[in-house]
Amino acid sequence: MTSPPAPQTLRAPLVVEFPFTRSLGPVQSAFLTGLRERTVLGVRTTAGTVLVPPVEYDPVTAEGIRDLVEVAPTGTVTTWAWNPAPRRGQPLDRPFAWVLVRLDGADTSLLHALDAPGGPGAVRTGMRVRIRWAPDRAGAITDIACFEPYDGEESRQPRPHTGRFTDPVTGIVAPARLDYTYTPGRAQSAHLDALADRRIVGERCPSCHKVYVPPRGACPTCGVATTERVEVGPRGTVTTFCIVNIKAKNLDIEVPYVYAHIALDGADLALHGRIGGIPYDQVRMGLRVEPVWTGEGRHPDHYRPTGEPDADYDTYKELL
Amino acid sequence: MTPPAGDIAIVAFAQSDHRRRTDDVSEVEMLMPVLHEVLERTGLKAGDVGFTCSGSSDYLAGRAFSFTMALDGVGAWPPISESHVEMDGAWALYEAWVKLLTGEADTALVYAYGKSSAGEVRDVLTRQLDPYYLAPLWPDSVSLAALQAQALIDAGETDGPALAAIAARSRSSAAENNPHAQLTGVRPHGDHLVHPLRTGDCPPVGDGAAAVVLAAGRRARELCDRPAWIRGIDHRIEAHGLGVRDLTDSPSTRLAAQRAGAFERPADTAELHAPFTSQEVVLRKALRLDDTVRVNPSGGALAANPVMAAGLIRLGEAAAAIHRGTSDRALAHATSGPCLQQNLVAVLEGEPRAA
Repeated sequence: MTSPPAPQTLRAPLVVEFPFTRSLGPVQSAFLTGLRERTVLGVRTTAGTVLVPPVEYDPVTAEGIRDLVEVAPTGTVTTWAWNPAPRRGQPLDRPFAWVLVRLDGADTSLLHALDAPGGPGAVRTGMRVRIRWAPDRAGAITDIACFEPYDGEESRQPRPHTGRFTDPVTGIVAPARLDYTYTPGRAQSAHLDALADRRIVGERCPSCHKVYVPPRGACPTCGVATTERVEVGPRGTVTTFCIVNIKAKNLDIEVPYVYAHIALDGADLALHGRIGGIPYDQVRMGLRVEPVWTGEGRHPDHYRPTGEPDADYDTYKELL
Repeated sequence: MTPPAGDIAIVAFAQSDHRRRTDDVSEVEMLMPVLHEVLERTGLKAGDVGFTCSGSSDYLAGRAFSFTMALDGVGAWPPISESHVEMDGAWALYEAWVKLLTGEADTALVYAYGKSSAGEVRDVLTRQLDPYYLAPLWPDSVSLAALQAQALIDAGETDGPALAAIAARSRSSAAENNPHAQLTGVRPHGDHLVHPLRTGDCPPVGDGAAAVVLAAGRRARELCDRPAWIRGIDHRIEAHGLGVRDLTDSPSTRLAAQRAGAFERPADTAELHAPFTSQEVVLRKALRLDDTVRVNPSGGALAANPVMAAGLIRLGEAAAAIHRGTSDRALAHATSGPCLQQNLVAVLEGEPRAA
């Protein structure tokens, strides 16, 4: 006697990556352009406080503020944290301290990294630091490569600055990448496992008895777990469709083609699929179709006509 | 008719067992038993509920509109009145409370869930930061909390042993009182994760879900023997820039508490959403809590921190203490954003019990 193998939980890497493109207002533009030119700008509030990094609206009064001043590239650590294991994207790839630094002439602090070869014992609140500029600067917060220890005294007063530079930076591209491991859960795993055998399996709601495909583990009508697995199809009926006339990027399908809702026999919900094997302008509601599997694909590549007479409208009108 | 503000109560609470990973279930499969349990406690069916509101974040799952699939677990047909916040469920509860205040509904279902196991939550949370000055540096959530902890140590408000004591108390309380918790009992305080925070100062990473039912006036009395009346609730936010704020204080918590009426009478219990030990120090000061108040008898977020649900759980735990009769007046707090940037405070009360 052997017991059936435990269902294997499916897992797959999922990468979400996007280059956020953002425009800058006048103050942020001046600040980031300044960094490119090794000049640190702050903004003075009407109360006389100098904010670095600068913002366009006073965090206390919400007034628009544009009174730019230049502050020193040197400053004082106001708090710190030792990061023994840098993560991807962080400013340094060796252990470093995160620091909030109040630059000389500023009243608020800037977050960045401190390169401290002496380790955490060499870092303290109140220590003096200065900016280490990145060799290649483009107008971004990362134009500051990091801070480094500096033994000079605090000196500079903020100086008025027009904020005007030639060729100002007006936007940034902020790339972001997050890595996930996708696990589809019980119901969808069972569905995907069945697809590997070229079978399409849904689940029946114990309350309303509808068969959902693909199943997601819950009946959206009754709000209860769907548990009973039901093989559906392989044949089905086109309930509705559209004709696609625009070629999608990286999609090797000639336009026009038909994308349809297909109610597989035994299912109470239509799923999506492409219709092939018939001219696009002859696809119709009620057309009987069957899946066509190609190569190693884990989903039907498309659905084609079975040659049966069209289904009667009354047999699928509830599934539209 | 619009009910008076103090006439709305939390009448039921349920939560999942919080676990490091839940690969065997999808979000809706994780959430559904919690929804069923909370409705069962009131005898309500999904179709009876006047308003439904949820809190979650697509960034945890890495998928757009992930909350719409979770909604399948509610039973949204025939059509229900529904809303969602891309925040902790505590803020969904606030929205539901406002809905009940309008008089347009007399019951509400609020739920929240998060599966941190799908990604790296320390990295994921960097995406909530200012995209110009902060996010490009990828400062992770533990590092930002560590900056706040060091500021507190420098100010003489706490030290390593005091933080270790908060961790130990939280996880011991969880072992005694909270069968759902993920991290319980006596544990080593561990190495520095980001100095000065050790692993023991940080919350567990895990998956979980929670749900509460709100009801107004007579409905609340019908659905619960001892409703936890929401006497006041308020939420406030501070400047996004960390270097603009005094990280040793939480004026937004203090103001929210004042507006919620927290300082009018002492509370006996406080459920604080402090994922890091150092944040409990800040919150105790802002809420003026002394040793007469039971703080986080559930173990708090240090024992279970399902992101997006942990704040709602604080409201649920505070209410459940009132339902059980172990509390008469409880404070519940939820936070969001780096270093306690946003804070919500609610005051919950049970009516005097017969002698």
